[in-house]
Amino acid sequence: MDVDQVTQIDFFALAPELAVLGASLLVLLIELFLHGPRKRFVNPIAVLGVLVAFGFVVALSVDGTERAAFGEMFVVDSYALAFKGFFLAVALFVLLTSYRYFSEIRTYQGEYYFLMLSAFLGMMLMTSARDLVMLFIALELVSIPGFVMAGLRKFDLRSNEGAMKFFLIGVLSASVLLFGLSIVYGFTGTTSLAGVAASLEGAEATPLLLAATLFVITGFGFKVSAVPFHFWAPDTYEGAPIPVAAFLSVASKAAGFAGLLQVTFVAFEPLADVWAPVLGVIAILTMTLGNLTALTQTQMVRLLSYSSVAHAGYLLVPFAVVQPGATALNADAFSAVLIYLFAYGAMNIGAFAVVTAVARRHPGRRITDYAGLGSRSPGLAVALTLFLVSLGGIPPLVGFIAKLAVFFVAVEAGTTLGIVLAAAVAINTVISLVYYLRIARVMWMEEATDPEPVRPGLALGFTVGGLTVVTVALFVLAPLLWGAADRAVLVAGG
Amino acid sequence: MWEASALTITVFLPLLGAALITLIPKAREELAKPVALVVSLVAFALSLAVLAGYYLGPAGGEGLAYQLRVDWIPIIDASYHVAIDGISLPLFVLSFLLTFLCAVYTFHHLEAPGRPKAFLSLMLLLQTGMAGTFVAFDLVLFFVFWELVLVPMYFMIGIWGGPRREYAAVKFFLYTLFGSVFMLVAFIALYFAGPGTFDIVALQEAGAAGEFGLTFQRLAFLGIFLGLAVKVPMWPFHTWLPDAHTEAPTVGSVLLAGILLKMGTYGFVRIALPILPEAAVEYAPIIGALAVIAILYGALCCLAQTDLKRLIAFSSVGHMGFVMLGIATLTPVGVNAAIFGMIAHGIITGMLFFVVGSIKERYHTRAIADIGGGVLQTMPRMGAVLTFVAIASLGLPPLPGFWGEIVALYAAFNPAPALVDAGFLTFFRVLMVLGAIGTVLTAGYFLNMLQRVTLGTAPARWREAELRDISAIEWGAWSPLLVMTVALGVVPVLVFGITDPAVSAVLTALGVS
Repeated sequence: MDVDQVTQIDFFALAPELAVLGASLLVLLIELFLHGPRKRFVNPIAVLGVLVAFGFVVALSVDGTERAAFGEMFVVDSYALAFKGFFLAVALFVLLTSYRYFSEIRTYQGEYYFLMLSAFLGMMLMTSARDLVMLFIALELVSIPGFVMAGLRKFDLRSNEGAMKFFLIGVLSASVLLFGLSIVYGFTGTTSLAGVAASLEGAEATPLLLAATLFVITGFGFKVSAVPFHFWAPDTYEGAPIPVAAFLSVASKAAGFAGLLQVTFVAFEPLADVWAPVLGVIAILTMTLGNLTALTQTQMVRLLSYSSVAHAGYLLVPFAVVQPGATALNADAFSAVLIYLFAYGAMNIGAFAVVTAVARRHPGRRITDYAGLGSRSPGLAVALTLFLVSLGGIPPLVGFIAKLAVFFVAVEAGTTLGIVLAAAVAINTVISLVYYLRIARVMWMEEATDPEPVRPGLALGFTVGGLTVVTVALFVLAPLLWGAADRAVLVAGG
Repeated sequence: MWEASALTITVFLPLLGAALITLIPKAREELAKPVALVVSLVAFALSLAVLAGYYLGPAGGEGLAYQLRVDWIPIIDASYHVAIDGISLPLFVLSFLLTFLCAVYTFHHLEAPGRPKAFLSLMLLLQTGMAGTFVAFDLVLFFVFWELVLVPMYFMIGIWGGPRREYAAVKFFLYTLFGSVFMLVAFIALYFAGPGTFDIVALQEAGAAGEFGLTFQRLAFLGIFLGLAVKVPMWPFHTWLPDAHTEAPTVGSVLLAGILLKMGTYGFVRIALPILPEAAVEYAPIIGALAVIAILYGALCCLAQTDLKRLIAFSSVGHMGFVMLGIATLTPVGVNAAIFGMIAHGIITGMLFFVVGSIKERYHTRAIADIGGGVLQTMPRMGAVLTFVAIASLGLPPLPGFWGEIVALYAAFNPAPALVDAGFLTFFRVLMVLGAIGTVLTAGYFLNMLQRVTLGTAPARWREAELRDISAIEWGAWSPLLVMTVALGVVPVLVFGITDPAVSAVLTALGVS
């Protein structure tokens, strides 16, 4: 690659990232000049930045040409754009969920929004990264703001503990990941994903190389909270501000999956025979352990955090059926992950938004606080019921489409592992409904201990209502979701 | 235009009604009842128009009519494909009739905590799920409607049910879900093993053409069987049923027994048998054996019940056993008998649950010992209706219970040639004898129940309580069912005439009969 290529920058390709970067700096700066309750006005600035970035993503999709910057390290293709659109939508809803929560805590608002936007900047870079080094930088840009945001409730010991755990495990896994990447570089002599795939093609799978692959997968396994790297999640989610928990369980997890998709489906595809079964075992353990532990939870955020561990298990299923060279199957598996992530994002943020609304009146966040919500605030209760039933994968909601896509590839693989995985997902679906329905039961079938309605306010009400519509509409419009995922597939040889 | 959109309009009208009801302000909640009544009446009228059009329209009473196929998820060839034929027509119309009568009944009584707005919108949502299941000709669509009934029924049992409602509601939901997730996996397997579509018509053609290997058929049939058998329910998957039916509010029990159970047996006729014919032949003896166990076990359990509603619930296990026995013979006669049995059971047991619900509403107890006999004294008309319906249910000729059972037994005497070739003739004849013993036991427990409930001298406290006999609204809700009970019994060809061409068409394509 010559110097021209490296120094010439296509600013249009970078526009969404630049918009988010600009907004994040603006937020930090402006907050200094606002005082008292007016500090909350940084939220709309952040929202505006996200909307502008979203506009650029739409413009880039309409434009349709594949673009690259920094010598192929940064690529804008349909995969990157689909994910960027998703991340920006998530960012929008997380920001709206944060508005009242943080204006009532009244601390560190500028810092919080700056950190949040930085993390989303990292996610957007991640989806465009086609290079191991770039991927690592993006991943750290997602993680480090996360450590700080998890500890934002300084006055709460649990928050401190959660953030500390998150930080230690995060740093450990990052170093494991980096170690793995360095070995891979040693073997292949390149950091480009496609280059790694090309030189691994037909290469002898030596133990050291396999170990390196597994190191890399472990690094991402922490990010997506797969068993056995999951135990930070419940403590961190519980201690973190609820919008941050929503962020960690959806955005940060999706970023981990984006990275994992790029590494496994592109770079390590020739070695799929080795890592796919490993991920299969991890998938089964993750969903089973997540669901079984969720059964015993009495605290809403902890329950949702174990539920999100279980969903990471379902999301790993398509990875486990990947076969070297089976382009059609791998493409379907890839699109199943995307479908599941997009659906999961809508319903899980929705659930966290309702929890945020209820937590304002019941800071204890216990499941018993939801007693009689059906008669106190029927709207919120209907929405939460829909989100939970959708998380359980029951039609006619988008969660069913997601489960269908996962079952679809598991059966398509036709291998013993595929059938075992399908059976595991089937059984886990039933287990998960036990605790989702338990919350529905508390809301609708138990007497309210506190007769006062819960009022979500405008921003949160919009989030809950909007995501309810999305959860139902994306079921009917499943072809759009499925088609978008199908176009965004990025597999070796595809 | 009507031809293509009739089913869509009819199926989704109740959903629209449910949405409408949620808009009613809370202060005027009672308004939900007339709205639900009008919606369900119009939907019922539309279903009758569909029935009439099936004979008078271009279909002329044969084959698939009212077809509409619109791509839904083209990448996996899942479509919105609806159609109707003689197998689904009677069940389709029955579901609308029962929902309409339930809407009438809620004017008379709705269990605590009331809230007709929530209850009726759930009921109408349930109606869309039930009706949709019977017209879906795409496996994914079928599964969507199939699961759509779970959530409303869960809430109907869980909020308006009896003392153990929450347990019963969860058990109902989880049992059904457990079976159906495996069914979904089997559906997807059909997609990959067959012509790469979820279209039931195309899959039936592939099944008849022998596109599916035997080993594959065995596995796929097992998955589908699990989903359907839980819903029917077949012994030993029946344990959710007594709890759910007993705890559900009256309307919930009527719809559960009247329609929801039929979704399972319908699935066998529509999906499992035609698409996987060879596996069906292999599984038929097992299904037949489980069916007869259900008949005998249901009857014995009924004899031991002390709770009136639970007794009726267990009687469903036995009746559905006869339906499954008919299906297991794989003959047109048997399958016709099965569909007739479904309709008869839907009308009669639906009616039984209405009467038992009304008795419970007066006596405030379901325990037979507390009622203490003498309903004929305290409420002569109620007692008479209960006696009539119980006798219809135990299969006395010429009431419809009789036709369903006797024809199923007759079919077991002459099972499909494929089963005879496999050496199962004697086996099915033994099943027939055992089933016949079951009919005797059925008569036994129903007469025993009548003796303990309707006959005898009523305890003094009930005589003095001045219980109100059947109200005008109850007559309104029940008389159509009572009339149909007599009509179907005397003229069974009303149903057989509709089903026979379709059943023959499906089974001849298989080449097993």
